[in-house]
Amino acid sequence: MSIVGEAAPAAGSNPWWPTPYRVERRVAETGDTVTLTLRAPTGTAPPAFAPGQFNMLYRFGVGEAAISIAGDPARPTELVHTVRVAGKVTESIAGAAPGETVGVRGPYGTGWPMDDLPGRDVVVVAGGLGLPPLRPALLAILARRERYGRLEVIYGARSPKDLVFYDEVQAWRRRDDLRIQVTVDAAGRDWYGDVGLVTARLPDARFEPARTSALLCGPEIMLRLTARALEQAGVPPERIFLSMERNMKCAIGLCGHCQFGPDFVCRTGPVFPYAAVRDRLDRREV
Amino acid sequence: MTATGSPPSDRPRLDDHPFFHGFEPEFLRRLEPAVSERTLDPDAILFREGTPARAFYLVRDGKIALELHSPGGPPLTIQTVGPREVIGWSWLVPPHRWRFDARALKATRLFAIEAGPLRAAIDAEPLQGLRLLRQLLPVLAERLEMARVQVLDVHRR
Amino acid sequence: MAPNAVGERRRLLRADFPAFLTALRERGYRVVGPTLRDGAIVLGEIRDETDLPIGWTERQDAGTYRLVRRDDAAVFGYTVGPHSWKKYLFPPRERLWSAVADGTSFRLEPDAAEPVADAFLGMRACDLAAVRISDRVFDRTAPDPGYHGRRRRTLRIAVQCGGAAPTCFCTSMGTGPGVGSDHDLALTEIVDPGPHRFLVEVGSEAGAAVLDRVPTEPAGAADVAAAEAAVARAAAEVGRHLDPAGVRELLLDHPDHPRWADVARRCLSCTNCTMACPTCFCSTTEEVPSLAGDRTEKWRRWDSCFNLEFSQVHGRPVRQSGLSRYRQWLTHKLASWHDQFGSSGCVGCGRCITWCPVGIDLTEEVRAIRADPTAVAPPEAAP
Repeated sequence: MSIVGEAAPAAGSNPWWPTPYRVERRVAETGDTVTLTLRAPTGTAPPAFAPGQFNMLYRFGVGEAAISIAGDPARPTELVHTVRVAGKVTESIAGAAPGETVGVRGPYGTGWPMDDLPGRDVVVVAGGLGLPPLRPALLAILARRERYGRLEVIYGARSPKDLVFYDEVQAWRRRDDLRIQVTVDAAGRDWYGDVGLVTARLPDARFEPARTSALLCGPEIMLRLTARALEQAGVPPERIFLSMERNMKCAIGLCGHCQFGPDFVCRTGPVFPYAAVRDRLDRREV
Repeated sequence: MTATGSPPSDRPRLDDHPFFHGFEPEFLRRLEPAVSERTLDPDAILFREGTPARAFYLVRDGKIALELHSPGGPPLTIQTVGPREVIGWSWLVPPHRWRFDARALKATRLFAIEAGPLRAAIDAEPLQGLRLLRQLLPVLAERLEMARVQVLDVHRR
Repeated sequence: MAPNAVGERRRLLRADFPAFLTALRERGYRVVGPTLRDGAIVLGEIRDETDLPIGWTERQDAGTYRLVRRDDAAVFGYTVGPHSWKKYLFPPRERLWSAVADGTSFRLEPDAAEPVADAFLGMRACDLAAVRISDRVFDRTAPDPGYHGRRRRTLRIAVQCGGAAPTCFCTSMGTGPGVGSDHDLALTEIVDPGPHRFLVEVGSEAGAAVLDRVPTEPAGAADVAAAEAAVARAAAEVGRHLDPAGVRELLLDHPDHPRWADVARRCLSCTNCTMACPTCFCSTTEEVPSLAGDRTEKWRRWDSCFNLEFSQVHGRPVRQSGLSRYRQWLTHKLASWHDQFGSSGCVGCGRCITWCPVGIDLTEEVRAIRADPTAVAPPEAAP
């Protein structure tokens, strides 16, 4: 019977199948956050990704979690993810030692609007673990720095010991082709930087609002306050881009969990222009 | 204490600071005798919690950390205040005592306006006084919003 | 017997219906269709015609369902029950894959299960519409292999309705009661006048290949007229209405309408509507490792937007209130579904009305909002 004798799907054609990657490097960023560098199976390379996209990372027998890609787009053979322990799945992923295996599905979602940025001032605002998803965009901009206007980075975290990519942030501070302000919610005497919300740093950022594009990633409250402040400062709301977080379970628009109004955040997001989501952001429980 | 007072002959111009942009020159002249300049070295204490709030401070440059102390714990910086910003409202709200420590994180220059004459000026010129309160209110609102977000501890979620 | 052609209309006598079931099995299909179980007409495997609900129908309305005897021996004399065909195309529990530990790595195991081809016997026009919608839902840039495999193998045998339940509103949604063209075979049961028989319309080559094995005759004008009369009777019996005009904007533009709070006070968040709905597709996945830890399976199971943990981000649900969850369900179904899939997500089958334990009727909810779209909540009553 031809109707029952279907050929099995070709390898890799099933969107549910994770591909086993080997952990090559594991760097502790903070007490509960690590950065993993993953290698694709021998003879293959990770699929190309756009800054702002995410993968589903999987641990055998434990489960899957949606994690943003934090690596340098110019180094396509390395898949880099920064993971904070928030449950048993992320605990297992973050605990993966070099040589162990992490399954990967992806990349998924829309990325940052990289084509929109050349010729414009770029304001990057990251809150907490919002920095890793912005890192590929920052590295891409820095790789072709001359194509962009001013580059302003504001990075906020809970406390100084919660800052990730610390060495890289320090190196960025020393560059004269970007300005970075780091602020924390609270600090001890050993912190000589700013204490306060990222929005409090905006008045000190130098950019021409009308010719600025802004990239925002962090807790939703921070996104809302920052987008509002940027719009008030004169940045066009369609040039303010937010990376939204919802319950991404399947990452392929099938499971329904990440719906945000008409959007499946895993497909039409996670990056949205503020103008498109402002009404929903201001409404509760959408 | 390394904080030093400057003689009024320096004639610091209050309306150089954004907080006082747009005030009546008359009102600013009335305040002038109460205004002095302060310079702090890094780590210098501007004031301590519980002490009388004798002045309203406006940061011209540098950075001031506002610190809270709890018994048995290290001091915690809850906010930093930089150029073009102002420090506190304890000088206005009875019992006129500071609610936190203020410490310079780096070399910092401030305007200090004596609290007594400033309150008297507000009472004497209610319209200018209202303007001052209106300038101060957004500062309070921002601090409150920040405190709320800190309570939510959003980065932990 | 000349082979049947697509578009042809044939007469199948009731007495030859068992031969039709046999032909389906001979063509390699597992026949699934209506059967009596647990006091309802549900979907299950049909081994012979005694499995079918011959002579049975149901009385259903908001929050109530009861089997009753018909005064004839109609085979398909009921409307719709609690099950829909998504039970087979998108099973309540489905293994997505399994894997074995392989040193420090893991290896996916090929699925050894022999694929089954189902013949869906007794799909109503609204059921066909639901499958059309599901096809779009599961056909993304990365189509769901399980759904599509089953869907490609499925034979759709529609049965046109000869009556409607008080909960039916297919005429509002433009999905029935007559079937369109996306069936393999379409039957219309004619109990009287004349011999008990079926008008069979051939919709595809696969349908024709089954019918070729069954004794049939060319349909006559009386057969066609009787079938049309049956469908017209069903249309006339349709008991509920939902004006689809502008419903998307109506719901999206009034998220703070007091009716949402009103329905939230009645809604139990029991998820029945989403389980009974033929198009609700939300699911979750779970990892099922072996005790020894050497093997693991990834399972998918139905989930519901009424579950509190459905929307949770970092352990906190985005939609905490029952109000927000009912609003999510209805605005998704009737409004944002248009944005996502180019049509309404509702086919007017009425299952969600019947199987709601408190009888919430979405047509009534929409009507209430439409009656006074700009209504605002009354101020809190003074103590």
